[in-house]
Amino acid sequence: MGHFFSYIVEPGLLSSGPVRTALLVGTVVAVTSGVVGVLTVIRGQSFAGHSLADVATTGGAGAFLAGLNQFWGFLIAGVAGAAIMELIGVQRRRGRDVATGVVLGAALGGAALFLYLGTQTSSTTGASFTILFGSMFVISPDTVPALIASGVVALAVIAVLSRVLLLTSLSPELAAARGVPVRAVGIAYLVALAVAVSLSAVVIGAVLSTALLIGPAATSLRVAKRPSRAMLAAALIGTAATWLGILLAYDSYYWPPAGHGWPVSFFVVALVVVGYLLSYVRRPRRDRRARVAGQAQEEAPTQEAGACSPA
Amino acid sequence: MTAEKTAETTSQAEAPAGHDLLRLENIGVRLGGRQILTGVSFTVAPGQFTGLIGPNGAGKTTLLRVILGLTPPTEGRVLLNGSPRPRHGGRLIGYVPQKLAIDQDVPLRARDVVALGIDGHKLGFPLPSAKRKDQVNEALRAVGAESYADARIGELSGGEQQRVLIAHALIGKPKLLLLDEPLANLDLKSEQGIVSVLARLAREQRIAVLISAHDLNPLLRETDTVVYVAGGRAAAGPTDEVIRTEVLSALYGSHVDVLNVRGRIIVIAGDEQQEPQAHHPTDTGVIIGLDRN
Amino acid sequence: MFSGLMLNTWIAATIVAVIAGVMGFFAVLRGQSFAAHAIPNGAFAGAAGAGLLGLNVIWGLAVFAVAGALGIGALGRRARQDVATALMLVLMLGIGALFVSFSTEYAEVTYSLLFGEVFGVGSNVLLPIVALGAVSVAVIALMYRPLLLASALPEIADARGVSTRRMELSFLIVMALATSMTVPVVGALLMFALMIGPAAAARSFTKRPGQAIALSVGIALATVWIGIAVSYHTNWPLGFFVGVIAAGFFLLGQGWGAVRRHWWVPRQASAVGAVAV
Repeated sequence: MGHFFSYIVEPGLLSSGPVRTALLVGTVVAVTSGVVGVLTVIRGQSFAGHSLADVATTGGAGAFLAGLNQFWGFLIAGVAGAAIMELIGVQRRRGRDVATGVVLGAALGGAALFLYLGTQTSSTTGASFTILFGSMFVISPDTVPALIASGVVALAVIAVLSRVLLLTSLSPELAAARGVPVRAVGIAYLVALAVAVSLSAVVIGAVLSTALLIGPAATSLRVAKRPSRAMLAAALIGTAATWLGILLAYDSYYWPPAGHGWPVSFFVVALVVVGYLLSYVRRPRRDRRARVAGQAQEEAPTQEAGACSPA
Repeated sequence: MTAEKTAETTSQAEAPAGHDLLRLENIGVRLGGRQILTGVSFTVAPGQFTGLIGPNGAGKTTLLRVILGLTPPTEGRVLLNGSPRPRHGGRLIGYVPQKLAIDQDVPLRARDVVALGIDGHKLGFPLPSAKRKDQVNEALRAVGAESYADARIGELSGGEQQRVLIAHALIGKPKLLLLDEPLANLDLKSEQGIVSVLARLAREQRIAVLISAHDLNPLLRETDTVVYVAGGRAAAGPTDEVIRTEVLSALYGSHVDVLNVRGRIIVIAGDEQQEPQAHHPTDTGVIIGLDRN
Repeated sequence: MFSGLMLNTWIAATIVAVIAGVMGFFAVLRGQSFAAHAIPNGAFAGAAGAGLLGLNVIWGLAVFAVAGALGIGALGRRARQDVATALMLVLMLGIGALFVSFSTEYAEVTYSLLFGEVFGVGSNVLLPIVALGAVSVAVIALMYRPLLLASALPEIADARGVSTRRMELSFLIVMALATSMTVPVVGALLMFALMIGPAAAARSFTKRPGQAIALSVGIALATVWIGIAVSYHTNWPLGFFVGVIAAGFFLLGQGWGAVRRHWWVPRQASAVGAVAV
């Protein structure tokens, strides 16, 4: 048994400093992302969640160029991006989509510029890759307190506003009728999202940030019916995926073909997606019942096995 | 306009007068382990104005989808002009959904929406033609929507949008018009407007109209027949034969009273006292058709 | 700036802008801006994979882009569409990260695949791009009516016999093929800015669908042309200008829309008051 255990958990895993930091930070990120992610999926703002990660990354690239602390670059860019999206976006879901896309496009343009200017000053050929995908094993320990603090802030905002947030997410008209300032709540949510996402983007990159934001939340919402339970489940799923991903990445150090390990981001993303797909295997009957119940409210009548559509 | 420009519906030659346009025989629908409808049978004759009434969730939309061919029935069959319905009613059935979930910014004018009713299902893109333009104008006139024909569809009010959607459905010269709760979100005045437009068109162009609603009263003046859906079953027939205490009680499976108050129908649950304004269906009773002012 | 070498650049950029304008109109109409971003990004992952296998990058781009489109279409049926898109995006990029990690060659190519390399368009790439542009625009022209119906009026389309599902898959696949080809030119990340910004701006200026498509294409053309000109002179990346100029046009459109709504009283408002609705 001990032999088997040490086969999976390579010796030295837990004594490695970078791994321990990665596990700690990864947990903070996974928990924050999972909780915020549940609200994001309910509100249909996955695109905004992803875009803010990219926007934050641009801020990080800019900060790097200007010689400032990258972490604050991420954070400020993320929050600014959220504010601009809210300003030029509109309450309608589709209008917000386009506003998100435009802000993202401009931010990515900025990233292109910063990366280009960066290559003028120093040779950073791997910069694009690292910016997109991050690197969990090279988190410097002195940023850890700031990271944990931002995670706590985002979670605190969510906790304080949770009831109101859920109400406005699930039924904006009802919330408005009850006198809830829907727009202000929306802004508060976006800020919490920006903070959570900037935090995760800086340590694990934009791609993984989105994966941990959306994947576990989407999975948990399929199995848990109460949002609070879903948040707990999402945090757990995200943490599990992160730990397992770190573990596998560490183990893969000697794997072919390159001999320097497979990226953590790949493992975590793969685990998250597999977990999501597994949730379909579990509950097909519940799925159908939920679909029937929601049938009357569905906008597009394409859910049933209609005679018109090919199988 | 010749009445028989139904060249595309080759298998449905115009049925001899008096035959049923639409016939549902013993329709049952089972979805997701739940029996939504059982043994629903009724007919619609050409030019007939029929109300499909029932509380929310009773299965009205399901029934419409069965007629449209979007939801296959688990039992029974649907006949159009005497033959089993083809995959899509072809040009015979026009459909008007309850509401469009459409952005204000969408670049489509009301007249563009109506034009899509002519050939939206065909490949390619439309070449501008005077004939097309005339058809669209005529359809808009018929529903009284000319004044906002050039406005964005997303910027129209509920009632205006309904009229445009009706024009869209009508321009294909259907024999049967299906409307899914068109009055649900309208104010009283708009409601009356829509109902009179529909009734006039039904009479003038001999188009059968099947209009679903949870409140019969706005339709009372115009309906020839009613299909009342409740408790998973339906009762069909002339209005005053169906909207009666015995019939509805049998459908609901519990006692309901049908009252006629100054020409308005009110259905009240027998067992529990419900709040007069409640429009939510419960197992024991529902109130519909309360005078709304 | 208009020398023989640059000619390829202008042609390639023009084709890309036309594709972007046409695809973008429908992407915005269908509310699929996220997919317009996700699919080219996924294509980028495929390019790395193709390189690993020694194949032409174009195959990798196309395969992954179409796979992404199919994945979004399939998942989007069961789950919310934005969730499906997000998951497909990260899945493809995660796989891309894996591919890129297998070989150190990709670090440099990554930048040009992400942000484009419009000034290095060779004649051998040009012909496929022109051909693809023509084909994809032709396909959209062929699908125009049912696609418009299914996109703007989905509630009615199915009842009319136009399968929204089939239209969805077809559109995503055409968009995937068209945009994957443009990745080497404008880059995975900025193609979508070219699709979304101009199309969103266009709808603020016109309410007719035909005009909106034309304007979409026109604004996209203006964006790349101005972008190329400025990029040529400043040496700054084209992607930066595309992103910023597209955003600029979008804001112009928003501003005009606000003016139209608040200060110009539409004709029908006064007429409607007189007609009982």
